[in-house]
Amino acid sequence: MSTSAKYSGKTYTFNHGVHPEEFKELSSHCEIQRMPFVEEYILPLGQHIGAPSDCLVSKGQKVRRGEKIADPIGFVSVALHSPVDGTISEVGIFPTPNGQVLPGIKIKIDPYSTQRMDEAPIDLEDLDRKGFISTVQNAGIVGLGGAAFPAHVKFAIPEDKTCKYIMLNGCECEPFLTADHRTMLEYPEEIIDGIQILNRYLKADKAYIGIEANKPDAIEALKKIATTSTFPIEVIALQVKYPQGAEKMMITAILGEEVPTGKLPLDLGVLVGNVGTIKAISDYFRKGIPLMERIVTITGTAIKNPANVLVPIGTPMKDVIELCGGITDDAARILLGGPMMGAVQKSLDVPVVKGTSGLLALTSNEVRDLDEYSCIRCGKCVDACPIFLNPSMMGLLAKKGLWDEMLEYNIMDCFECASCSFVCPSGIPLVQSFRVAKGFLREKAVREKASA
Amino acid sequence: MEGDILIPLAILGGLGLLFGIILSIAYKKFKVYEDPRIGAVEDLLPNSNCGACGEPGCRAFAEQVVNFEMNPAKCTVSSETGIIKIADYLGVEANKEEKRVARLLCAGGIKEAHNLASYKGGMSTCRGEAVVTGGSKDCSWGCLGLGDCETICDFDAISMNKDALPVVDTEKCTACNDCVEVCPKGLFVIMPIGQKLIVQCKSLLEGDLAESKCSVACTGCSRCAADAAPGVIEIVDNLAVINYDLRDLTSPAAIKRCPTDAIIWLEGDNQFEDQKPTDLPLGRVEEAIDREVYYQ
Repeated sequence: MSTSAKYSGKTYTFNHGVHPEEFKELSSHCEIQRMPFVEEYILPLGQHIGAPSDCLVSKGQKVRRGEKIADPIGFVSVALHSPVDGTISEVGIFPTPNGQVLPGIKIKIDPYSTQRMDEAPIDLEDLDRKGFISTVQNAGIVGLGGAAFPAHVKFAIPEDKTCKYIMLNGCECEPFLTADHRTMLEYPEEIIDGIQILNRYLKADKAYIGIEANKPDAIEALKKIATTSTFPIEVIALQVKYPQGAEKMMITAILGEEVPTGKLPLDLGVLVGNVGTIKAISDYFRKGIPLMERIVTITGTAIKNPANVLVPIGTPMKDVIELCGGITDDAARILLGGPMMGAVQKSLDVPVVKGTSGLLALTSNEVRDLDEYSCIRCGKCVDACPIFLNPSMMGLLAKKGLWDEMLEYNIMDCFECASCSFVCPSGIPLVQSFRVAKGFLREKAVREKASA
Repeated sequence: MEGDILIPLAILGGLGLLFGIILSIAYKKFKVYEDPRIGAVEDLLPNSNCGACGEPGCRAFAEQVVNFEMNPAKCTVSSETGIIKIADYLGVEANKEEKRVARLLCAGGIKEAHNLASYKGGMSTCRGEAVVTGGSKDCSWGCLGLGDCETICDFDAISMNKDALPVVDTEKCTACNDCVEVCPKGLFVIMPIGQKLIVQCKSLLEGDLAESKCSVACTGCSRCAADAAPGVIEIVDNLAVINYDLRDLTSPAAIKRCPTDAIIWLEGDNQFEDQKPTDLPLGRVEEAIDREVYYQ
């Protein structure tokens, strides 16, 4: 809190939340390095939320780096681009990080290619709002914070709503991860430029960049560039607390307003984007680089040389880990994303996808395998939940399989930040059961819709 | 003084009499006639409210039966004698409905399909495991073996066997659909008990890749499709799919050349050997954990 006060004089924060240990020092000092090209790339067609893309290529076809290989189907869908010069070696099904085997494209690299791409800036002058949105869609840009929600869908603001504030999320509240931190430190011009491009079409009043106070160097770097902008951009240091980086929490911290149940940030006139997403927009409009590579933090105590790497999308995990010296012998668990919300992986044959923000390897003595005891009603989870739900009660209901009753406790508002499981002294798998409940309820809604 | 007690008595008694009169008038005036046979038929039904007949409960089913809109045989939970009783009571002919049961489209237990990792989440349920990278098995489609179906079954018809596969007791199964809905991998289907030809696999992988993950996987080799009567079996996305409309044409000939035994012709009524985990020598669970490897 003291660091926060030093930068702003006011503490920007939200109520509840937890304070996990940060472990950012493992990789926060590592400059972003480029991942060398590997032999094969696997690109699943459904890397984003929404309809999977439509494959445009066939086996044996030659593709250029940055060439579009899949078209969006419908509005909530984005295009996909080849990260390398090469040949399509297979169009089939491949394992993906979520454990399913889904349709995708395998590309074999052309070993003699220089992999050079000519800069092809896009003229913003003759691009109207509609054109801008479809350009973003065809650039394959999705939210790089982790959910991979197509960015252009957010930018297409309905007639009856206005965007007052553009809010950039540079919190990176997950322990271990430093990809956004390094992006802000090394590409502040691109981020500010991205906001200006976006504002041409959104016509907002003001932009905020929210950064947790544990990244003073990134705050300084962005503040320096922000002063050169004619459009008002305020860089705000937020209290170091998990989950500060959840968009609803950040809005509460900066504006002091709460996004109501079932509503979107846009209902408050706010558009939230990750700093990486905004950089991707600048990259496409200024240099013509579509979203075909992203910055990934490879870290954890079980990784020999933690690093921040610019990885072409589709690179198999095992190659990325190899670049970082491999994993130590006592590695016990590998996660995609941070330790709080990340997804455990069973195989390293899966590729880096658009939503991969980090790759974390933990040693066996860091992995908690708690025995589960009864709920002692201490209320710690209630104090931790950032959206004021009652995890204790929902946990009891989940145990009995009373999914429908959980709806009354607003289970669908839970965004699975895992704060409740983190604080539970009885080791009750709270967030895990909520994830199951939400999945079941969603399935049920689909079934009921189908039968109705 | 003694007379005071009579006042409340008179008031309460009077009120009682008044309400009694109102109620008796209301009873006469607003009487709704209900077919007494509905109640009688409902009494003859098992009252499990399982929904297997497609109605929201036993009473709704009884109404349909009494109105002759449904045949009593639609209740798959009732015993044969129970259905005949209802039919006799109503004076209708009890149809002969073929019994329908739940079948599992996976034969990859712990012996056949290997694990890539061990699941140690707090929730020891299939659904809990499935949200973590789709389960610990190498095969993305296979049965997770933690018995959500066994837990949900109201009729005690499902039990997990030694190979961690659910055995459906066809005697007890009522085709109520509960297991179909609970299975996170969607492996259960309800089919007529006489359907003997079953492809016990859902893997969409091809050839050796499929077999490397599970020894009883369908490799999509299309031998069964060639041996069966035309149109009965079709290979869709490397998986043999049976056209159940052509059931009369199915024969055991289709399974003869299957290299992995993914397609079977049921001999008895049950799909897998029924061996309760309790029958096993102790230490089997530990043994199973030993075989599991962390991230290879």
